[in-house]
Amino acid sequence: MEVKASMAGSVWKMNVSQGDEINQGEDVAILESMKMEIPIPAEMTGKVTEVKVAEGDFVNEGDILAILE
Amino acid sequence: MAENQRLKEAKEQIASGGLEKYHEKNEEKGKMFVRDRLEKLFDDNIDVEDAFFANNQEKGLPADGVVTGIGRINGEKVCVMANDSTVKAGSWGAHTVEKIIRIQETALKLEIPMLYLVDSAGARITDQVEMFPNRRGAGRIFHNQIKMSGRVPQVCLLFGPSAAGGAYIPAFCDIVVMVDGNASMYLGSPRMAEKVIGEKVSLEEMGGANMHCSVSGCGDVLAENEEEAIQFARRYLSYFPANFRSKPGHEEGKGPASFEKSVEELIPDNQNAPFDMYELINRLIDEDSFCEIKKKFAPELITGLARIDGRSVGVIANQPRAKGGVLFPDSADKAAKFMQLCDAFNIPLLFLADIPGFMIGTRVEQAGIIRHGAKMLAAMSEATVPKISVIVRKAYGAGLYAMAGPAFEPDACLALPSAQIAVMGPEAAVNAVYANKIAELPVEERPSFIKEKHEEYKENIDIYRLASEMVIDDIVQPDQLRDELVKRFDMYEDKNFSFTERKHGIYPV
Repeated sequence: MEVKASMAGSVWKMNVSQGDEINQGEDVAILESMKMEIPIPAEMTGKVTEVKVAEGDFVNEGDILAILE
Repeated sequence: MAENQRLKEAKEQIASGGLEKYHEKNEEKGKMFVRDRLEKLFDDNIDVEDAFFANNQEKGLPADGVVTGIGRINGEKVCVMANDSTVKAGSWGAHTVEKIIRIQETALKLEIPMLYLVDSAGARITDQVEMFPNRRGAGRIFHNQIKMSGRVPQVCLLFGPSAAGGAYIPAFCDIVVMVDGNASMYLGSPRMAEKVIGEKVSLEEMGGANMHCSVSGCGDVLAENEEEAIQFARRYLSYFPANFRSKPGHEEGKGPASFEKSVEELIPDNQNAPFDMYELINRLIDEDSFCEIKKKFAPELITGLARIDGRSVGVIANQPRAKGGVLFPDSADKAAKFMQLCDAFNIPLLFLADIPGFMIGTRVEQAGIIRHGAKMLAAMSEATVPKISVIVRKAYGAGLYAMAGPAFEPDACLALPSAQIAVMGPEAAVNAVYANKIAELPVEERPSFIKEKHEEYKENIDIYRLASEMVIDDIVQPDQLRDELVKRFDMYEDKNFSFTERKHGIYPV
């Protein structure tokens, strides 16, 4: 499952690395946009198979941040 | 005697709908028979039915595939049209259309709500000359809906397809409830899309209930099954009067649900940190009274009907947990329609503002965020029902305007003690004003300079200063906010004025 940016902004914190387990509802990443912290929670419990962005990167709405399995 | 027997048999046959195999097919899909739906919808059952014998000279078209009439919901009279999908898949012939038009006219004359229980394959192509282009053809149904809009509540329960022209019935209703898995709405079917434009797509992806309730915004409420959809309609109508001339009923008030955390503990000091706005809403409204609309669509703005001390109130609240509570084109549209709905039927509005502003960037500018935002401002501005605006944490830029800021004639603009009202937040403002100065400073001096300017800025927009300038009407202790709202909605109850005289404004759609 793809974890996508809900809005345009920069990646402030990436909370997971490849291979990490994450529970549904936990934040995969936190974006910074419009001076706000934008949490991006996992929509399922699973394992992070790939991290697509690094902290500081600009992401547009819909860009893939990580992939869960 | 023979005549009585003939009538009895004819009635039984018509009331049983289409062929048994179509009943079975519906049952497999979790669909109820149209007359069972109506029995569940009304307090008792449909009380009077019109043109029961429509098209009885033709074989296999009982009631011409639609039931129309009047019954009671929560004790109040309501008009209904309900497609019978066991009769030619609920398709519309000339008499079907005439029946729908007549019950709409009845709803208008009686000034009572109109419910549309839709489950129809669309026009009967074989009957097109009689039902499509003429004065009292299908177009008149939509024309009537537009005329009825804002006069009486119009509710659509979508149990099956609503195809091509038929998709405009839900489009012109105040609210559309879609049953997951069965309901769909589309102008062209997937088969047609493949033939005409070469697109291969599933029905669910292109016109399914889930898609419409979360992506297109054409659906308002996603119901798991028909029973849930019907119960939602009964509940929804309890917040409304019968028409625009009346006020919603005032039920006996209930206190809010009890929670461990107080309102004060709930709201983080850090303006930039998210919190869950639902938690605040539940502390302000009567227990179990929230009836949310468009929950899955544009979740950065929450809209829903609620009761405060038994009074119907429309709640519009920014949700910092989704997209920071920033307004987008979709959330602005969502707000505009909801405010029009409440204003049309005399339901007061409560705004809970915690908003960094409207979204910026290429994506939203290209999507026309300016005109979408303008639509929201127009609808809010025109609303003449009691309006209370509460600045929960922050209201920056046009966000203040969109959430019924002081310039838009709210009856009161209240603030919690930690609220900030400004053109922009401190970080952005200091950067905007001092960018050149900061760049000139040696790197090590920058943080202290920025901090100092932040403090100056915060003092400048201090909430006591704004209260002194009468920008806001009161600063309220967080835990006394509900009581304050109860008192104020009571005091403003008989507000009565007209926004302005004209034919109508020109919407920035």
